Amino acid sequence: MAAGFKTVEPLDYHRRFWYKENCRPDGRELGEFRTTTLNIGSITTADGSALVKLGNTTIICGIKGELAAPPVDAANKGYIVPNVDLPPLCSSRFRPGPPGEQAQAASQFIADVIEKCDTKEDLCIVKGKLSWVLYCDIMCLDYDGNILDACTIALLGALKNVRLPEVHINEETDLAEVNMKQKNPLNITKHPVACSFAIFDDTIIIVDPTVEEENLSTGVITVVTDEDEKLCAVHKPGGTALSSEKLQDCISRAITRNKEVNKLLNEVLISVKPK
Amino acid sequence: MMEVTQSGSAQHAAVLREFGCEHSLLSRPDGSASFVQGDTTVLAGVYGPAEVMVSKESFDRATLEVTLKPKVGMPGVAERSKEQCVRQTCEAALLTRLHPRTSITLSLQTVHDDGALLACCLNAACMALMDAGLPMHCLFCGVCCAIDQQGTIRLDPTAREEKESRAVMTFALDSTDCRVMMSSTKGSYTAAELQQCIAVCQRASESIFQFYRDSVSRRYCKA
Repeated sequence: MAAGFKTVEPLDYHRRFWYKENCRPDGRELGEFRTTTLNIGSITTADGSALVKLGNTTIICGIKGELAAPPVDAANKGYIVPNVDLPPLCSSRFRPGPPGEQAQAASQFIADVIEKCDTKEDLCIVKGKLSWVLYCDIMCLDYDGNILDACTIALLGALKNVRLPEVHINEETDLAEVNMKQKNPLNITKHPVACSFAIFDDTIIIVDPTVEEENLSTGVITVVTDEDEKLCAVHKPGGTALSSEKLQDCISRAITRNKEVNKLLNEVLISVKPK
Repeated sequence: MMEVTQSGSAQHAAVLREFGCEHSLLSRPDGSASFVQGDTTVLAGVYGPAEVMVSKESFDRATLEVTLKPKVGMPGVAERSKEQCVRQTCEAALLTRLHPRTSITLSLQTVHDDGALLACCLNAACMALMDAGLPMHCLFCGVCCAIDQQGTIRLDPTAREEKESRAVMTFALDSTDCRVMMSSTKGSYTAAELQQCIAVCQRASESIFQFYRDSVSRRYCKA
């Protein structure tokens, strides 16, 4: 009976939960996240990797490093190149072929979040001559809503897991010599964490929407904060308007979420450290 | 020069660049407009409501497609991200349920980019949709602001100011309540700075909406 009502009137079905019971159909409160699981270092052929599960949403990130000349306008920086892939595997809405708009917009979002990152200076080996390029491939394995949050956690976990070999330039041959036996981690100062919300008619704001809630929503907003309670991005690609008070509530919830995720990340890193 | 001064705090250089627009400059699209902000120029053309491909058809509303072409080169990931922002803002403003199983195509062409490109695209899009006569429940305008290294808020930054600043933010504001419909930000800033920037952009949007009214009334007034 309830399943029939849910198919015919999905929005009314969800509204009954929000207004009467102040929770969602899966039992979560409006401000509660799904269980977050993080697993790092699972891809041995990559320089760094992380697998994130946010409820059913599964995202894996693999990082490979290559050598290249640094950019002309920033000779002391390397490159971090993120690419988000939403293959047909994760959901029936994606067809095989070139990346769709959602994947490209997600890639641009991740690139904007890490753009003003200090880690890029750590990637420089010889100023003006040689630097690392980190290709970050973020792939979705199961699409159940809120991929932007999961992608940022996966990228952060993978970056913390990256071990790059030492590189010296041989003065005689002017070639780079890579020492695979000596590997160093990256120096990561900022830990941006994303927190996404779905908006319904500007009255209800729910955190961590599933794919059904995203489809029914009239707008989505993602707030990215770092550990100093500063904002790295407020991404709201259109949809119904948001008042300043609701925006402030979203920012407060995002700051709390930042602390939760960083705590999880630190626990995982300690457990992975070789004893 | 459109000037917006903020009371109390003298440190904010909140001045919009000179802006202007031209309506119906293209003959083939149902609606077209060109919006100029300083040196940034964007040309917009709207076709619709028109025939839609069955694969993209929506049973209860019109399907909106947005394409943004850069001045040089092939459209890349950055253009797709801007297209998504413009499309979802237009979908929220247009009464798409009045034209089910149709398509509305909005084409944007960057003629020159000197900063605040996304804001200029939004303004050109709104003017073109008005020119096409598509029903909307509110108008929207795009405003861009940047926070430089000293903490001063600059409205409508040029490309060089954007590069040198600590954070760049673009907002789309609606005409009924001046609330934030779309937000796209880069760089790091505090929550208080965000609220200040929104307030500054809301004040600036009033002059842009007045300009919309003036340009449309000048067009249709037989004087």
